[in-house]
Amino acid sequence: MASLKDLRNRIASVKATQKITKAMQMVAAAKLRRAQSAAEAARPYAERMGVVLANVASGVTASSAPRLLAGTGKDDVHLLVVFTAERGLCGAFNSSITRLARDRANTLLAQGKTVKILCVGKKGYDLLRRQFAKHIIEVVELRSVRTLAFEHGDMVARKITALFDAGEFDVATIFFARFRSVIQQIPTAQQIIPAEIPAAAAGGASVSYEYEPEESDILEALLPRNIAVQVFRALLENAASEQGARMSAMDSATRNAGEMIRKQTMQYNRTRQAMITKELIEIISGAEAL
Amino acid sequence: MATFNFELVSPERLLFAGPVEQVVVPGAEGDFAVLKDHAPLMSSLRPGVIVVTDDKNQTQRLFVRGGFADVSPSGLTILAEQAVPVQEITDEFIAVEVKAAEDEFAAASTEDERRVSQERLAQVLALRDQFLSRTHVQ
Repeated sequence: MASLKDLRNRIASVKATQKITKAMQMVAAAKLRRAQSAAEAARPYAERMGVVLANVASGVTASSAPRLLAGTGKDDVHLLVVFTAERGLCGAFNSSITRLARDRANTLLAQGKTVKILCVGKKGYDLLRRQFAKHIIEVVELRSVRTLAFEHGDMVARKITALFDAGEFDVATIFFARFRSVIQQIPTAQQIIPAEIPAAAAGGASVSYEYEPEESDILEALLPRNIAVQVFRALLENAASEQGARMSAMDSATRNAGEMIRKQTMQYNRTRQAMITKELIEIISGAEAL
Repeated sequence: MATFNFELVSPERLLFAGPVEQVVVPGAEGDFAVLKDHAPLMSSLRPGVIVVTDDKNQTQRLFVRGGFADVSPSGLTILAEQAVPVQEITDEFIAVEVKAAEDEFAAASTEDERRVSQERLAQVLALRDQFLSRTHVQ
């Protein structure tokens, strides 16, 4: 039976925890608003980019297409780019992204393909290194970054294209969580090399374009740009998802702490009353014995 | 005069969307103006100034640093690397741009890179002259 002092200490510590989770929830809510508007503001560019790319790509024959669009013609080495958060305490956010990546890696390995992993974010590396330590080729940490700018996406994209140019892989897929709402973030896998052309957009464009400068020059400039845009979008969606996940995780933690405090206060009061009763009985029975 | 749809987007946000009468675009191989029912055209951009004339005959000038212009039957879409209203451009801003282009040129190792960065440097320098002359006129 815990003493009254123990119970008091325990209640105080749960209350302190509750204050922390409450504060984290509010910080996440404030950051979420910013991250969400950034993610939404970036969507038009990514969408227009997809349409423009589809327009251009529909006019290019498979044989003359640059390698970023057509691929290397092989399907042996896969690069998985896993975007996660730099911090924990955000519910199942990191683990659901890494689970998706891990499942993909296992399927590919079972098919006898080579898998290489590029981790963006420390938590993904922490979660993946136990099983895939020898597959992880690089870890990019964005811990010091306060607000995501396009250059961060560009930096990651440059790494990816440099690896591709060096012939390090044939197919690249990015893993991130698409932001649907505060309580719903959808882990998503998206293939970026060879570029996937949205089928709906490709069908609509049959107009003959004029190109300035050459068609191939434009396509060559457009494709790496598209990768940077897709990566940047993944980063922004992920940032919003992370804050959303953290907010709901901290909300339920705060509620659990409240429940715990309620139960322990009840127990504390019962114990206190039991002790008073016991003392009274002792006094009364002592007086009666006289 | 007839209007068409114009959209200017940068990776961070949508900067302009709406009906306009005319847009002058700094294409890689020279400026061109887009009016309604322009033939489908796709062009890359050099660093320069976009001049937008809207349906109320108001002009708006924006600096863009490279990107793509896509003229399709549905309108004009410019995917800019970076876009800033001209009023906000300062001498320091241009100095930074010139410095970046010079550094890039100095760092170029292959023949191809040198050609590309030299072109870019020339474009940025031309832009600087344009802006300097503007301040002298005013």
